[in-house]
Amino acid sequence: MTPINQGPVSTRPATGEGDAADLRSVILETRDVTVTYGTHEALHPTSLAFAAGEVTSLIGPSGCGKSTYLRSINLMNREIEGCKVGGQVIYRGQDVNAPGVDLFELRKHIGMVFQQPNPFHKSIYENVAFAPRRHGITKKSDLDQLVEESLRAAAIWDEVKDKLSESGFALSGGQQQRLCIARTLAMHPDIVLMDEPCSALDPISTFAVEETIRSMASRGICTIIVTHNMEQAARVSDRCAFFLLGEMVETGVTAEMFANPSDQRLDDYLTGRFG
Amino acid sequence: MAKGEEKALRPKRAIERRGLAITGACVLLVAVLVLTLIFMVASRGLATFTTDGTPFASFMTGTTWNPHQNDANGIPLVGALPMIAGSFSVTLLSCLIALPFALGSAIFVVEVNPTFGTRVFQPLTELLVGIPSVVFGLVGLRIIVPWTRSWAGGTGYGILSGSIVLAFMILPTVTSLSIDAIRAVPQSYRDGSYGLGCTRWQTIAHVVLPSASSGILTAVILGMTRAFGEALAVQMVVGNAAQIPTSLTTPAATLTSVITTSMGNEAMGTVYNDVLWSLALVLLIMSLVFILIIHIIGRKGAPRG
Repeated sequence: MTPINQGPVSTRPATGEGDAADLRSVILETRDVTVTYGTHEALHPTSLAFAAGEVTSLIGPSGCGKSTYLRSINLMNREIEGCKVGGQVIYRGQDVNAPGVDLFELRKHIGMVFQQPNPFHKSIYENVAFAPRRHGITKKSDLDQLVEESLRAAAIWDEVKDKLSESGFALSGGQQQRLCIARTLAMHPDIVLMDEPCSALDPISTFAVEETIRSMASRGICTIIVTHNMEQAARVSDRCAFFLLGEMVETGVTAEMFANPSDQRLDDYLTGRFG
Repeated sequence: MAKGEEKALRPKRAIERRGLAITGACVLLVAVLVLTLIFMVASRGLATFTTDGTPFASFMTGTTWNPHQNDANGIPLVGALPMIAGSFSVTLLSCLIALPFALGSAIFVVEVNPTFGTRVFQPLTELLVGIPSVVFGLVGLRIIVPWTRSWAGGTGYGILSGSIVLAFMILPTVTSLSIDAIRAVPQSYRDGSYGLGCTRWQTIAHVVLPSASSGILTAVILGMTRAFGEALAVQMVVGNAAQIPTSLTTPAATLTSVITTSMGNEAMGTVYNDVLWSLALVLLIMSLVFILIIHIIGRKGAPRG
């Protein structure tokens, strides 16, 4: 097994994008990534770059390939039978979509939050301590500290600090989702992937999750979020990528893209003519 | 409502009433059957204590089984403890033997190779369910008994052989219910674990199995119910000696094996016959307890999210 590279991120122009002028510390890059189920290419070659401390939103109508793309970044697609990921996924300068790369090690650095809050059938404390325990942290004081720090980072500490031993299911949907974010942050990931994290939540919980995403970005975490909600994309993301029918149509700085879409299809989508 | 419409509805209502009567009668029949069965076993079983004058304590804790004779105080020698101990021993031991295999194959079928599991393995285990218990007993008699004799010593007849035969018999029940329990764990739990960088094994051991534990426990208890109540196959290999089992390889007896061997030989109304009914009552109560436990687990494990 090839160990996952712990080297520094490269500071160079983002490739395959229009605004090559700005220097971003790219931590993750996909080059011509495709996803095929059997003979059906669900995602056409997609090249994008993501920088530390940046929030990127992937937008587009249902079935456009954005979630499929997200799931190929941490190679979750490999858990699905008959699914193949092609192209290069370059994390800290190393292609991780290659045989021999330790997927499980990779996923410690690239966390994931799902559409439906999916806390484990365990206490709040154990939910957060789950990954660190599996990855070798056993000392009680270390775990205690990590749990508090992660719950604080996910902005849920004040709500749960007195009931850490209660089941994760005792929380509301929005709290469960923030618990899942805390669970992911406990691994100190560089990148967090979020697959429509707010689609099952009410507006107040959505706001709390968005706050969390911004504070994660301010601490240097690269966040990639799939969303159906254009306003959410505008609120939380620095950059944006628009997908349609398995193709990445347009990408750029969110504000510019929304104000001035260069592709007619994005313009149509933003003005609600389809999707 | 118009008059014509009302008329059109009337025959339909009559049909519904008839349907209610027919299905209701079926329900009533089954309910009455179950209740009278319990009542009959209970009334006959309790005769040992009411009409034959055996103290309940000496029945439950006595170790001498010889209902044809009385002890110095004129109380029949009907100590059922050897059979109760025998029944519990074969039940627990058979579950201990069957559980690892059942769990292992259930994990394989759900988590490792679902295609093979549903196409080949599950039909195979269903085949195992259909085999009559006398066939299991025969195989036990010809193969298991000599085999245990060869390495464990003794005559080969005893709790060990009985447990192995029973383990084969309950294996399909425990396996298929464990498969159901593991399959019922939402995929999102597994995704969550994989997303946190956990390996397959970590996911199974720390997420899937704990979440499926109440279902697996139900599987085990249903297996125990089956093992506890099985008579024929056990009787063929257990040795049928009504004595407190001192080792796994000495001949023993279970509640069921004593009933099947003796019931045909004793006349109605005798002490011996009554006390066999008492053994049946113990069996019945234990089955009810097992089923009660399953219901309690079901209610506790229900809010799985």
